[in-house]
Amino acid sequence: MKVLVPVKRVIDYNVKARVKPDQSGVDLANVKMSMNPFCEIAVEEAVRQKEKGAVTEVVAVSIGPAQAQETLRTALAMGADRAILIQTDADPEPLAVAKLLKAVIAEESPDVVIMGKQAIDGDNNATGQMLSALLGWPQATFASAIELTAGKAKVTREVDGGLQTIEVALPAIVTADLRLNEPRYASLPNIMKAKKKPLDIKEAASLGVDLAPRLKVLKVAEPAKRSGGIKVETAADLVNKLKTEAGVL
Amino acid sequence: MAVLVIADHDNASLKDNTHKTVTAALAISGDVDVLVAGQGCKAVAEAAAKITGVRKVLLAESDALGQGLAEAVEGAVLPLMGNYDAVLTPATSQGKNFSPRLAAKLDVSQISEIVEVVDASTFVRPIYAGNALETVQSSDSKKVLTVRATSFKAAAEGGSAAVESIGAGDGAPGTTFVDQQLVKSARPELAGAKIVVSGGRAMGSAEEFQRVIEPLADKLGAAVGASRAAVDAGYAPNDYQVGQTGKVVAPELYVAIGISGAIQHLAGMKDSKVIVAINKDGDAPIFQIADYGLVADYKSAVPELMDALTAAGK
Repeated sequence: MKVLVPVKRVIDYNVKARVKPDQSGVDLANVKMSMNPFCEIAVEEAVRQKEKGAVTEVVAVSIGPAQAQETLRTALAMGADRAILIQTDADPEPLAVAKLLKAVIAEESPDVVIMGKQAIDGDNNATGQMLSALLGWPQATFASAIELTAGKAKVTREVDGGLQTIEVALPAIVTADLRLNEPRYASLPNIMKAKKKPLDIKEAASLGVDLAPRLKVLKVAEPAKRSGGIKVETAADLVNKLKTEAGVL
Repeated sequence: MAVLVIADHDNASLKDNTHKTVTAALAISGDVDVLVAGQGCKAVAEAAAKITGVRKVLLAESDALGQGLAEAVEGAVLPLMGNYDAVLTPATSQGKNFSPRLAAKLDVSQISEIVEVVDASTFVRPIYAGNALETVQSSDSKKVLTVRATSFKAAAEGGSAAVESIGAGDGAPGTTFVDQQLVKSARPELAGAKIVVSGGRAMGSAEEFQRVIEPLADKLGAAVGASRAAVDAGYAPNDYQVGQTGKVVAPELYVAIGISGAIQHLAGMKDSKVIVAINKDGDAPIFQIADYGLVADYKSAVPELMDALTAAGK
């Protein structure tokens, strides 16, 4: 069984995004970039499935600038077998990303796609579902457990108020939620080994997908700041304030 | 131009998110219809018909819709889209599950989690965990939007729209529903609760989380929340998670206990009316946004708070 894992290079999880003074976007110059945390969980899951023997090959794919090769090398160091970069300096919207992934899937024919549920830059939570709709493959989003067997995947999903378990026929799209696993740190020997693993680069333009944005960003602004309040000395003081001053008890 | 709102419900009752999404829809158009897709949910449709401003309620029922399978919802909604210029869905985990499918099938961009309607094609949405607000203008012929319900006031009730049954579509042929394990709780639902009590990593264990956070929540009649760190560590179930990657809440009172205030958590609760923080680290970032901060170890502060609430007649 072959797994395709799309990964995205985004601002590092621990870095606070800052809006540019001209409100044209978020300032990414000289900011630490890393693999999107949910993509890391997806890579980890694919590698664990391979270690369990359910999967034979893990292919990582990224859509982005030349620097996204670093993100792919991270995936390779975690245990992916090979990588593909669909290179573009544009920042394609989820719909265009889904169309590019569809084109990659036509060439790679994976049995299952495991990807993050959301990227922490655009926070769209859309690409996996769009890809499923475009391919006509079943989807299982927000996975907290995945069991791969011949021809199907049993997926436990995080839903409002609890968990739902569904079975989807393969090929299918699965998106990873937070509790699916805890990604490993790549060891130094594996980082060295990853440098020798195959990484193909293709121009996004060669895939015949319209990358033109459908949304025009008029402005990116900082949200209104909430000012800090007061410190209280005791719990009794707190209850008193909540009752008389705030009126919320 | 007419717009369609897809109702949030659990087949038994209509959720308040629907009323809030109707408010967002009415900012786009005066002609707002609501689709209730589920199974055995006639009462939900009748409740939706009472929302002020709703023109018509459409009711689609099948087993697959009752199970909330994304492909099934897409199949029920897509044939209707000839009649609508926009479709709005509350950004719950269920809404997020199917809405992007509609966008893909209509070949349009989804605009996720809008917090403001500027005009019929311009919307504001949070990006980077709420650290920035993006104003986007869509050039697509049809708009597919998910709505961050906490940013809109609930539409009132008092209408009497007609309910019309429609076809349910073809279900989800590639998917089999196995089972559902919903957490049964007498507490209010997190997303709509007036008071939320949340615990963080400082709790140290699931047992401690239950021992400290839950009695306080019950005393206040509050829903229970948790930081991502507490969920990650297994102290609380995932559906308690408040933050960028969990639920976004905006209660009257938010009580954060042993939560440091990571960016990702603040993104999920900073619109609460009153924020209380209890943390032994006086430099914790949570104090920068808290209206009332108590610098103390929760181990002593929470029992004292319980006593003070009792003394105050709670």
